[in-house]
Amino acid sequence: MWNRRKEEETPSAFTPPLPSQLAKEGIPMSTLPSRTSEPVQEVNRPGGPAVLGKSVIVKGQIFGREDLTIDGEVEGTVELQEHRLTIGPNGKVAATVKAREVVVLGTLHGNVETRDKIMIRKDAKLVGDIRTARIEIEDGAYFKGNIDIVREQPKAAPAPAATPAAAPKPQASAGAPGSTPTTPALAAGAGEVKR
Amino acid sequence: MAPSLTGFETRQSHGLDQFCSSLEDRPGMYILDFAGASQSTVSFITNYGHRLYSDDFIHQLDDCFGREGNFFENQSNPLLTSRFLDTSLDFDEQAFDGALVWDSLQFLAPPLLQTVVGCLHQILKPGSSLLAMFHAEERVDEMQTFSYRIHDHKTILLGSRYRRKPAQIFNNRGLEKLFQDFASVKFFLTRDHLREVIVRR
Repeated sequence: MWNRRKEEETPSAFTPPLPSQLAKEGIPMSTLPSRTSEPVQEVNRPGGPAVLGKSVIVKGQIFGREDLTIDGEVEGTVELQEHRLTIGPNGKVAATVKAREVVVLGTLHGNVETRDKIMIRKDAKLVGDIRTARIEIEDGAYFKGNIDIVREQPKAAPAPAATPAAAPKPQASAGAPGSTPTTPALAAGAGEVKR
Repeated sequence: MAPSLTGFETRQSHGLDQFCSSLEDRPGMYILDFAGASQSTVSFITNYGHRLYSDDFIHQLDDCFGREGNFFENQSNPLLTSRFLDTSLDFDEQAFDGALVWDSLQFLAPPLLQTVVGCLHQILKPGSSLLAMFHAEERVDEMQTFSYRIHDHKTILLGSRYRRKPAQIFNNRGLEKLFQDFASVKFFLTRDHLREVIVRR
């Protein structure tokens, strides 16, 4: 009981406002460098990622250390090594993309490399080669290109392995559909011609 | 993420089962899929440790030949044909270790069909497998087309697309002739008038 009263009386430490509160107050989200004396390594903006809006057209290189949403047009390269790139529903990107995570809702022409995951949402269009650890493709998305899943190599174990790992067998994985009743088509006949 | 199964039928496929047995040869194979990308097929192929090239072949056909005029007559237009081949089949020789062409070849008019089969022969490695499907019923004006997805090694998920006219109907002899440059052709005739064909390069 005493403790509770003490806590109530103690002036609370500063807590950053929630993103929803910021949105209400209309705090601008600029991508311009701030005038601080110390160099900023990472920008964790409470208001969300930097945004290139619908009417913005960029030709050239984009390199960032924060999440970025592109809802305009970009041509060139986009590199956000440790961060997420979102191509919004109006976004049209013709670029080579490197990011930790990529979400496509609009159109992307170009090769994509993600360290973590790429998500191709419904109605998105992606033409290019993908190199990623994980991929999600929603029904209704259009994709044309190469998919190369890069598995993270497990760290070397201190003790030598007794037997080599078996080759991976495909199963109904997280990405595969669940169990469904099947209707056997019943093969009625088979034939083979060898030359 | 599990894809929605709404509107999907499932069917057992001996052809797919045969095709998948070739996927177990070694990891790092490169597979061509003409059905268009889907989560289930991507997961299935990549879980073997293989790479996948995905394209919606029917979408490409419609895009090249279906915009105006007659779809089949347009397939004899050299400019359109050249554009189509550049867009859909421009790969290195012997690039792939397997191809899933599903039922797409049925919608190619004879001259283009022969060219496409020739291209497939070129881009597949010797010993690799190709899975194709052909409607077997001769008296049919239009047929249902599907989006094909692999559920497991012998189950296909079929999502209905629309009905369309085939360019021609093949019997076994016609298919043997079509794939005459390949090493072997194996048929599975199903009770729903579909020939599943496994072609060995």
